[in-house]
Amino acid sequence: MSFGLSLWLSFFAVAVLVLVALFGVEAAHLNYLFGVIIPYAAFAIFIVGIIYRFLKWAARPVPFRIPTTAGQGKSLPWIKQNKIDNPSTALGAFVRMIFEVLLFRSLFRNTRTELRGPILSYASAKWLWIAALAFHYSFLIILIRHLRLFIEPVPFLVKTVEKLDSFFQIHLLGAPLLYITNVALLAAVTYLLLRRVVIPTLRYISLPADYFPLFLILSIGITGALMRYFYKVNVVGIKELAMGLINFSPKIPEGIGVLFYIHLFLVSTLFAYFPFSKLTHMVGVFLSPTRNLANNNRAVRHVNPWNYPVKVHTYEEYEDEFREFMKDAGIPVEKE
Amino acid sequence: MYDGWKIIIGIIIFLGIATFPILYDLGKAAPPPPEPKIDTPEIKKMVEKKCVEPKSLMKIEHMVMLKDWRDWYVREGRSIYIAADGKQYNISLSNTCMKCHSNKKDFCDKCHNYAAVVPYCWDCHIEPKEEGQL
Repeated sequence: MSFGLSLWLSFFAVAVLVLVALFGVEAAHLNYLFGVIIPYAAFAIFIVGIIYRFLKWAARPVPFRIPTTAGQGKSLPWIKQNKIDNPSTALGAFVRMIFEVLLFRSLFRNTRTELRGPILSYASAKWLWIAALAFHYSFLIILIRHLRLFIEPVPFLVKTVEKLDSFFQIHLLGAPLLYITNVALLAAVTYLLLRRVVIPTLRYISLPADYFPLFLILSIGITGALMRYFYKVNVVGIKELAMGLINFSPKIPEGIGVLFYIHLFLVSTLFAYFPFSKLTHMVGVFLSPTRNLANNNRAVRHVNPWNYPVKVHTYEEYEDEFREFMKDAGIPVEKE
Repeated sequence: MYDGWKIIIGIIIFLGIATFPILYDLGKAAPPPPEPKIDTPEIKKMVEKKCVEPKSLMKIEHMVMLKDWRDWYVREGRSIYIAADGKQYNISLSNTCMKCHSNKKDFCDKCHNYAAVVPYCWDCHIEPKEEGQL
């Protein structure tokens, strides 16, 4: 698919989602559909879909060890092993996985290859790593912050996160305090999107599956920020709705504001889309054989689980079978 | 080798995180939404019970108005607010807003606590003393 088609198709898909929610609530008054039925359905698809992906991947046998070796492997006692980047034990692999998940170390090793005149050069490229970290951690903090709408009374941890996040106050944005993660998320997603638009090599390999989630998350972030800073919605009503959903006694409070329903519909789309998209790397990262296996190919014997049972005829059995003939022919035997 | 038990542990952890709010609230009924009280003596005295602007607007935009009032009074020196219906009010949180809504605990705090909002009014203003409050 061409670049233009991929980009615009994704953009219009998200635009259509926004319009569907806008008209569905504003014109058709389908508040119950967009506020209760769709969120429930999306969440169910998310849970079932993720478990399905989990099981589908888990049904594949664990292969012969294929970890990426990014440091000195276990060798002679006087050669220092890099226990995390080239783990030889399950603990090492576990620590490596923790670092991978929390700090994105493989992205940190990202390099840029370019021709400087006649010279091919490799330089460190950290922007993707920084943007990815900013994006994922902002998203995590935003998720934790949203718990204030789902839990009553609000736990101390959620309040603390919220307090730290709203450290700054910007006069331009009106009354509420500015969330740092709000800015960080939008900036990071914009960078991740522009990167795929501006850099020719990335543009060449980008598909709607790449652009659509970025547009979707960007629009979720924008609608969220709009609700907070510009077009206020009834937060107490939203919490009432959220608590109703959580307690399985859903009820639609009056006068929440259409922007909230657009936000909710986009989030529902994200949840439903999650298990079937590249976003499942949330689960997949834990099942990556290049990351989660210890490099112990020579220390431990690995039998491929898909090997068919080979019929073997050992020498002992051979000798048992032909011992007498061998003796008669003067061939030496191991057992008399 | 399929590492089945690791997969099962993974699925359990995933379910625990994904359904955390549901599990947390399990067995508890949804708490009733807060109802801020408007029964202070000052409000009871009013013939026509109305706020500076209509209730629907105050409900979702009061924080914007309070911020505007702060800026007008503290930074621009304006002390009179002309409401949409032409009525004039003194720009003052303590003397205008809190005159009627003197029950911070039963009015402001009701919704703010419910939605875990911490307004920064009281960073500068002294919280009004109420009965039963230290």
